Amino acid sequence: MEPRGSTADSGEIERFAAHSAGWWNPAGEFAPLHRLNPVRLDFIRGGLITHFGRDSRAMRPFAGLSLVDIGCGGGLIAEPMARLGFRVTAIDAAAAAIDVARAHAEAGGLAIDYRVATAEALAAEGARFDVALALELVEHVADREALFGAIGALVAPGGAFVGATLNRTPRAFALGIVGAEYVLGWLPRGTHDWRRFVRPSEFVLGLRRNGLQATRLAGLTYAPAHGDWVVSEDLSVNYMVMARRP
Amino acid sequence: MADDAELLIAGGGLNGLALAIACAGAGLPTILADRQDLAATTAAAFDGRTSAIAYGSRLVLDGIGVWPEIAPEAEPIREIRVADDDSPLFLHYDHRDLAAGGLDPVPLGYIVENRVLRRALLAHAAALPELRLLSPCTVAEIAAGRDGAVAALGDGRSLRVRLVVAADGKESPLRHAAGIRVVEWRYDQIGIVTTVRHERPHGGVAVEHFLPAGPFAILPMTDDATQAPGRRARSSIVWTENAGLVPHLIAMPDADFTAELAARFGDFLGAVEPVGPRWTYPLALMQAERYAAPRLALLGEAAHVIHPIAGQGLNIGIRDVAALAELIVDARRLGLDIGDPMLLERYQRWRRADAMLLAAVTDGLNRLFSNTITPVRLVRDLGLAAVNRVPPLKRLLMRHAMGMLGDRPRLARGERL
Repeated sequence: MEPRGSTADSGEIERFAAHSAGWWNPAGEFAPLHRLNPVRLDFIRGGLITHFGRDSRAMRPFAGLSLVDIGCGGGLIAEPMARLGFRVTAIDAAAAAIDVARAHAEAGGLAIDYRVATAEALAAEGARFDVALALELVEHVADREALFGAIGALVAPGGAFVGATLNRTPRAFALGIVGAEYVLGWLPRGTHDWRRFVRPSEFVLGLRRNGLQATRLAGLTYAPAHGDWVVSEDLSVNYMVMARRP
Repeated sequence: MADDAELLIAGGGLNGLALAIACAGAGLPTILADRQDLAATTAAAFDGRTSAIAYGSRLVLDGIGVWPEIAPEAEPIREIRVADDDSPLFLHYDHRDLAAGGLDPVPLGYIVENRVLRRALLAHAAALPELRLLSPCTVAEIAAGRDGAVAALGDGRSLRVRLVVAADGKESPLRHAAGIRVVEWRYDQIGIVTTVRHERPHGGVAVEHFLPAGPFAILPMTDDATQAPGRRARSSIVWTENAGLVPHLIAMPDADFTAELAARFGDFLGAVEPVGPRWTYPLALMQAERYAAPRLALLGEAAHVIHPIAGQGLNIGIRDVAALAELIVDARRLGLDIGDPMLLERYQRWRRADAMLLAAVTDGLNRLFSNTITPVRLVRDLGLAAVNRVPPLKRLLMRHAMGMLGDRPRLARGERL
């Protein structure tokens, strides 16, 4: 166990590092994230367009705004955010993931400030952003409260936060772990530990203690009929949170 | 290294230009390269053809903003009469039949000269800030990688982009270079295209005569305002003929050619007089084995060529444009890489079914009608007559020909991109 106050968990970091090379292969280990990406991006974009009052048809609606992607992995969200006009800083505790992300963005002609860092280290530097993202992160960190504290510090007044995680319900255990890791083989076994999953109430409370007000909760549900993920009211497995800092 | 643009379109034909306008008009940085000088492609001598614009294609052209410039020179088709040689039985599509079925009695389509379409598209393209036109300029080679594509241009420059669209025609050099094979069938028929003046006005009626050598279509054009009143009515002729006979027809003196043409045209519009050049186009059917390769999508005739019997060649290309523009713009609005393999897979799945169906239908029609054996004629005449007597079936066929059925892209439904 890491000392309290650090969100990084060395076991989790090593597990992701071992799979780093596959981040950008849409048919590889991270295929579920590629499939989940359009619906997550739609939720993030839509929420932020409303929050900042931007043009929903624009190709670079967020030009002039800054964003930090905490736990960016290979950059599957950081790159789209850069294309949409954000000045992006993207951090991950796993150096291997940052190497992959940096090389991919450079090859694709995108300017993204990638750093091997934790949220609290960045917050301690006094960095502030218009938007902070923490997607599929809170269920992997060693000290959740320290992460919420850092998020609160990183979001500038008037800014917004978007998070995504897995609920701690029997359904999430059945679908998120047994289904995704063991039955369907979508995720490498051991990707998730159910005891670390976060209830929506815990997420909202953690944000509120750090000055962020949740404005929207939405479920992400796999619709086998579409072969695709859709936004739903069902928060029992995957869900997303949108919050703002007054 | 930063991209030069996100989208590169090779080929500035009607489909390439329409896709460039749809995407750049939505704000996507786009480059279009054509090996010819695009300014020269609006001259009458470049392309003498007319196109049938189905109602669904008109909606797409409206959606990308170019229809208002085309409309004054587009002749609405209000009726289509299909007749089998000298047989008294015929099929009659009237746009008023749509109203009887509770549908808007819009025109079935429009007849427009290709140079009018080209002129409107080019004028619009030149005014878009996100679109760069390179012409004359060839795209010599594409190096596709997981991180993007680099296009080598004929003048030695190179461009970095996310996605390349091959809109470079049925011989598509980029399709060949990508190793995509085609299935091809050449008909022993050649299409003769010319314009005729006729004594009486056409009244917006398109006529398709099925003659033994192939279909002979009379397509209503706008009046020729440069002529004196009484000499303004004109139609475009698409005359399918046995390949062996065509060189003789083309070489004939005017009087003989007029006699050959009048024998097929009939006298229902009074005396006819061919005007302007006689163009010939060999008829072929072609399907690309795949519509996409890494970082490459095929558009229009680079992907498929169908028999012109139903006048759907351009319309199927315009539907490719509407589908691909929607996939590209939707993906890019989410911030995704527009050269993503999942996007290309969806494009291929969406468009192939439609293209294959039309190819099969038009080939079948051509085989059925280019035939003088009595039982076959009897069956097809009864078939036409039967369709004529079943209004719902007729409306369905009409709406199919109008491009108003199937899983239509937003632009083809009259919605914004």
